[in-house]
Formats: sequence, structure tokens, C-alpha cells
Amino acid sequence: MWEMLNDPNLRWILMGSILLGFGNGIVGTFSYLRKESLLGDVLAHAALPGICIAFMLSGVKSVGLFLVGAAAAALAAAALTNLISRRSRIKPDAAMGIVLSVFFAIGIVLLTRIQHGSYGNQSGLDKFLFGQAASMTMGDVYVLGGTALGMSLICGLLFKEFKLVSFDPAFGRGLGFKVTALEYALLTLVTVVVVTGIQAVGVVLVAALLITPSVAARYWTDRLAAMTVLSGAFGAASGAAGAWISSGVNQLPTGPISVLAATGLFLLSVLFGPKRGILSKLLLRRQAKRDWISKQLAKAGAGAPATQAGTANPAGERGASL
Amino acid sequence: MKNGTAPLAVENLTVAYRKKPVVRGVTFEAAEGELIGIIGPNGAGKSTLIKAILGLVPSLEGDVRIYGRPYGQQRKRVGYVPQRESVDWDFPTHALDVVTMGRYGHLGMFKRPGKQEKEIALDCLDKVGMAGFANRQISQLSGGQQQRVFLARALAQDAELYFMDEPFAGVDAATEKAIITLLGELKRQGKTVLVVHHDLATVADYFDSVLLINGEKIAYGPTASTFTPELLHRTYGGKLAFGIPVPAAFSAAKGG
Repeated sequence: MWEMLNDPNLRWILMGSILLGFGNGIVGTFSYLRKESLLGDVLAHAALPGICIAFMLSGVKSVGLFLVGAAAAALAAAALTNLISRRSRIKPDAAMGIVLSVFFAIGIVLLTRIQHGSYGNQSGLDKFLFGQAASMTMGDVYVLGGTALGMSLICGLLFKEFKLVSFDPAFGRGLGFKVTALEYALLTLVTVVVVTGIQAVGVVLVAALLITPSVAARYWTDRLAAMTVLSGAFGAASGAAGAWISSGVNQLPTGPISVLAATGLFLLSVLFGPKRGILSKLLLRRQAKRDWISKQLAKAGAGAPATQAGTANPAGERGASL
Repeated sequence: MKNGTAPLAVENLTVAYRKKPVVRGVTFEAAEGELIGIIGPNGAGKSTLIKAILGLVPSLEGDVRIYGRPYGQQRKRVGYVPQRESVDWDFPTHALDVVTMGRYGHLGMFKRPGKQEKEIALDCLDKVGMAGFANRQISQLSGGQQQRVFLARALAQDAELYFMDEPFAGVDAATEKAIITLLGELKRQGKTVLVVHHDLATVADYFDSVLLINGEKIAYGPTASTFTPELLHRTYGGKLAFGIPVPAAFSAAKGG
């Protein structure tokens, strides 16, 4: 594993993947708890037309411009989702499903136009579909590092407020908090982590890094603060695993391997998580059963000599206790 | 009941879901320090009335004053205990933490709750008989215990005017007792409490005043003179046909 640290390129990929996973994991906790797991997917898919339009308007391949286009399109999609679910009888999940596919379809149409049009095949925009961590540069790592740091700071500063709007927004409003502003702040954070992750993981998969680590983290703790940190750690570990495995084996893509690693962590959590995990539930049930049986046996044992002595009530007592 | 300084003055409040008005032209004024029951059949708009007062659902018409001013300026003086089902109890937090949320308004933005807030929260948990469950994950609590956690959170808010949406719905005897004790305590402190209530049998024991509604206000006044068989019959219409014996028993008890 360590030889990859000697290669500066691989080093950037490793660090970038770790930072990306960490930022996603932190912010994803709140998305997951607010039952907006699909939101990250909407934002990511919606970013594609934004990237294409940014390229068509400017004619240059600039990652900075792409990020701006992606963020603008993602926020437009979020606003549209909101509008649909508020102004019609369509539930939020259906609204998300509609918006996601419409934006993605527009994105694919534009992408095809770009590749077959006068822009030529050299645009490389299709990389954004599935991501290409291998193209990560020092500059990208700085962006991802800044994002991860910013996410941690904001989530730390507004931890109490984010907890409140995730658990009981109506109550938060009653306390005088600007709940709508806080919800928009969270939306912006999700947009930023998703959009910065697109280059490495691609619009199709990037949202998995947002949700899977936090779902896994939920299995290990009943405290929000611990869950948030753990989710960040799981995200970082997934990123590291993705970079490491894909550097060791030729022709393996970093982003998708990171997602698979996150899923692996999730499966381990489902199996071995304390209290909530499948195994611990099974053990608990067996333990309870054993305790119950031994208690009954103890009672029966205590009752037996009395029965032999032929006294009046033990039969009735045993009947009642069993 | 001086005008303008009443804890709550509702004037001609009308609320509609889509086109159909569910609350029509309700006007009443709550007196300081009273426990007030909001009574009416299912679908009478009891919860809607509370939610409209708190701006959680939009109203078509009407004016709500809390201590003489709009609710938006008086949020911190108002505590609200929503129905238990309004949140996801599988949220990763414990009872004490939920109650501490009641202090967030006093803390303001960015500031974290410290030792003092935790102590106040623990004290509030104790008042609803839940101090022993402070560190319990909230999904591990029974329905009644969850209700008490919500009440403790409202208590921690230290408001002056409280709204409770069916706190007695589906709770065990221990919780019912805890709620009654709490209501008494709030009354002693001079707070005003409005409670959406379903169980007619207990109305006379719990409340100083009652607001009878069925879409529109049927009557509002002191329990002794308002919670009468005639007015209840008007409130419940035919639905009381299979004779809830309570009001009769109540008036008989008062009479004899």
C-alpha cells in the first residue's frame, strides 16, 4: 500500500478521495436523518446539464466554470422539486424522481450534442458521467480539502441548529429559529459536497458517498454527534479504500470502488452493529430465551420438593407462574 | 381579562384546507393563568385551530394576538407540544437531549447548551417523572414516556402560554397522572395552557374553562357553566347519540 505514497499523482488521488468521502459523510448524516436521501441524487444528476451549458456558453474546459454551472443547475432542480411538492398533491419523493430524470435527460441530450457537434470529441465532458479520479490534480485536492474543512466547521458551528431542523423543524420555528434559512443552508452544503465530488466519482454515483456512510454510522451509535463524526470517518475510509484498491489493480475506477467500499462498511454495520445489528439482535434474543428458561427451571425446581411433601397450593402456584 | 394584554386573543379566525373551511370565524380570549380545554368531535378543527394560531397552517381570515402582539413577535413566550407522531422517534438522540432543545431559544444561534441547560432539562424531566430515563435512546421509550419527554421539553422552554395537542391521547395511567401534575404545576406558576382534549369524562376535573368547537365556536366559558349537556349536544350533534353519560353525571354531581 505504501509505495503509492511515493507517486505524487497517486498521493493526490488518495488525499482527494479521503477528503471527498469525509465531507460527504459529514453532510450526508443530516440528509439521511431529514429523510432526504434522494436529494443528493437529484442534485448530482441535475448538475450534468449545468456542466454542459457552462461549456457551451464559454467554449472552454474549466473546472471552476463547470462547478458553477453544476451548482446553479443543482439548486434549480432543488427549487423545482420544492415547488412541485408544495404546489401540487405530488409527494416529495415522486417530485424528486421526476426532476432527477428530466434534468439528467436534458444533460445527456446536451452531452450528445456537444460530442457530435462543432465542439469536437475532445471536450471530455463524458468523464463527468462516471467520474475520473485519476485526473485529480493538486488544485482539485485543495478544493476538496477546503470543502471538507468548510463542511466540518459549518456543521460544528450550527450543530445544534441542524439537529433541531432535522428532528423537529416545527418546534424550531416555534423557538424563533430561522428554520427555512437553515434548511437552505443544509441544501447548499449538500450541493457543494455533491458538485465537488462529481469530477472524481461522476454524477451517477456521487450521492452514494453522501448517504451510505451515514446509514452505516447509524448502526454504531445513538448519538448524533458521534454519528456525524463516524459517518465522516466511514466516508474517508471508503475514499481511501477506493484510491488504494484502484491503484493496485489496473483498470479499476476509483470512484465506483469507493462506493463499493462504503457499501461493504454498510454491510458490516448491518451485521455487527451493536444493538441494531442483525447479529446482536439474534444474540440478544437467544440470551433472553435462555434467561427465561433457566428462570422457569429454577422456579420449577424450587416448587418440586413442596409438591412431594404434598402441601396444598404448589400445583396451583406452578400453574400460574408458567 | 383586560383587552390587549390577554395571553391569547383570537378574533374571527377562519382556516380552510383547500376550499373547505375547517375552522369558521372563531373568536375567544384566554384568561391569564387558566387551564383551557378545547373540546369537540373528530374533524372539528381543534388541532387546526391551534396550528393556525401558531402560524403552522395558513389562515384565510382573522387576527391572533399573543399578549397584545402578533405571534411572530412573541414566539419565545409560547410553548407548543405537538402530537407525538409529528417526529421520527428513531432519531439518534436521548431523552435529555430532546428536552435540552427546549432551551435552544434562550441560547440563540451558534451557542452550545452547557451544564446549566442540561441541569434545567434534567429538572424538567424530573417534573414529568422521567429523570431515570435521561440517557435512554428515545426510540426505547414507550408512547406515554415519549409524550412526557415532549412535555418536559415544553417546560424547559419556560414559556408563558402553552398549547398542547392531545397530550392525553393513547397514554398509560402513569403518564396521565404526570401530565395532570404538570398542568397543576404550570397553573401554580401562573401560566396559561390550552389543551386539545378528547376524553369528556375528565374535562370537568382538568379544566377551568372550555372551548367547545365543531367547525365554529359553539361556546366558550368557565367549565361549570359551559360544559353542559345542552351545549355538548350542540357540539357533537348526532354523534353523541349513544349517550356519553359524563356530562349528565357531572351536572348531577354539581347539582347534588
